[in-house]
Amino acid sequence: MGMVKVRNVSRRFVKDKDTSTLALDNVSLEIDDKEFVCFIGPSGCGKTTLLRIMSGLDLPDEGEVYLDGKVIKGPGPDRGMVFQEYSLFPWKTVTDNVIFGPVMRGIKKKDALVDAEKYLELVGLTQFRNSYPYELSGGMKQRVAIARALANEPSVLLMDEPFGALDAQTRNILQQELLEIWQKKNITILFVTHSVDEAVFLADKIVLMSARPGKIKEIIPVEFPRPRERTSLETNVLRDRILKTLIKEQTK
Amino acid sequence: MIKKHLQELTEKSVGLMSVFSSAIRNKSMEIISIFAAILLWEIIAVYFVQNKFFLPSFTDVTFAFVDVLSRDAQLSILGIDFQFPVLVMDILARFGIITGPDIRLPVLVIDLIYSLMHFLIGLVSALLIGIPVGMIMGWFRTIDRLVDPLIEIIRPIPPLAWIPFAIIWIGLNPFAAGFVIFIGAVFPIIINTFTGFKSVSRVYVEAAKVLGCNKDHELIRYVALPSALPSIAAGIRIAMGVGWMCLVAAEMFGVSRYGLGYKIWHHYYLHNMDLVLVYMIILGFLGLLIDRLLRYYIDGRLLKWRKGVVI
Repeated sequence: MGMVKVRNVSRRFVKDKDTSTLALDNVSLEIDDKEFVCFIGPSGCGKTTLLRIMSGLDLPDEGEVYLDGKVIKGPGPDRGMVFQEYSLFPWKTVTDNVIFGPVMRGIKKKDALVDAEKYLELVGLTQFRNSYPYELSGGMKQRVAIARALANEPSVLLMDEPFGALDAQTRNILQQELLEIWQKKNITILFVTHSVDEAVFLADKIVLMSARPGKIKEIIPVEFPRPRERTSLETNVLRDRILKTLIKEQTK
Repeated sequence: MIKKHLQELTEKSVGLMSVFSSAIRNKSMEIISIFAAILLWEIIAVYFVQNKFFLPSFTDVTFAFVDVLSRDAQLSILGIDFQFPVLVMDILARFGIITGPDIRLPVLVIDLIYSLMHFLIGLVSALLIGIPVGMIMGWFRTIDRLVDPLIEIIRPIPPLAWIPFAIIWIGLNPFAAGFVIFIGAVFPIIINTFTGFKSVSRVYVEAAKVLGCNKDHELIRYVALPSALPSIAAGIRIAMGVGWMCLVAAEMFGVSRYGLGYKIWHHYYLHNMDLVLVYMIILGFLGLLIDRLLRYYIDGRLLKWRKGVVI
């Protein structure tokens, strides 16, 4: 199960006595099991902060986040995370990166290696199992990062602009692959992005956030059937609407 | 048939020759440089200086080198005379290689063993203390604040200034020399380990946390240490350089009857300047060799995930 409930979460970053930013202001949100949710908003709207709070890497000043009814107090293997920066351990081979989580949880290395093969197959990188990260392209690195996060069998996958640093073609391919993985693994995916195109292509539900203080401005359900057309009329109408709202937010 | 075979053989040998000659051609400038320097040295020593005491020539040094290689002595370390095991002695004696049970080696080799012993005592203790101290300081902010001022005060004291206390505390034995080398080697190791730990990328630590690696000792063992390894390795290289520099001085105050540094001083007293030069050159070559071996091991084995990056 992967039901996430965010209740009245606020987070303030204090720089010194006088300057502080309210990154999240009383945010509440419910996410269903197996839902694909994209968070979008102008930079500084707290979307990454919200994701980090859900991962447990950051803690809210007020409010709580629940996963399947349990309060999140810190990072845990039930929530996988893929970062925007390349986060593979450069001193480990692809396989060793993938088995890191399972081995940390106490699974025997032999069994973890068998599982790792399964996840590498899922992202189509079995022939690179013994490569070091420096030998991989950006897209391949993020594929391995996804495999590594999935190897812990999380119920929620948190993704913080994972394709932000990739070129447009690679990004499109990876979006398609991610949807296939999501359908196969039946997990909840929470995906932070700054690309409207990406959000409209991927999400069941788009959470539009506004900046300073970070609040949820609007929740837009996307009910187009999959596979989606990137350039169909209805897609473009929705993109246009979201873009206009974002511009209004940015110039506010 | 035979003709064909011969032809193959000549082709092979031509191939081998061309490998050799191309190696010589590739390194031609370097080889010319070394030969020219030796020639210049010989000419200046023989025709201009004309004083074996003031500047021994290349030939003098070569003869002196053969001399220290041909004289042998009993290998004894820390008062223990080393002997062959009975079985080995029987076999060697049957072939007439040895006459007694004592292990006798060329003087130069014994000097080498002693120097490496002093060096290893200092370096190993510097590693055993320096790496943990640097790790703890790099990971825990409070300990850094407690220890850092002490290190900053002690560090600028030259290692050789510790020689009197090394003798008083430890006595005239190989461990006193090891102590001086330790003082020289430990600070680069501490500082580089510390820097390596401080600059562990946050995203690796967070990725590890999210994957279920949460405790301090796990994060240190599985994330910070491998991530800091390039910096630690660079520290060890610097430490070995500094330690090697300290070796000569550490041996000069007479901790052992052998040792490359000790022999420089010893032969100076005996006015054997050609031998002084022999030991100087050997110290240089050995330092180079140790550095190359370490570099080969570190780049080829420990840090192969960092290909293309120069340390």
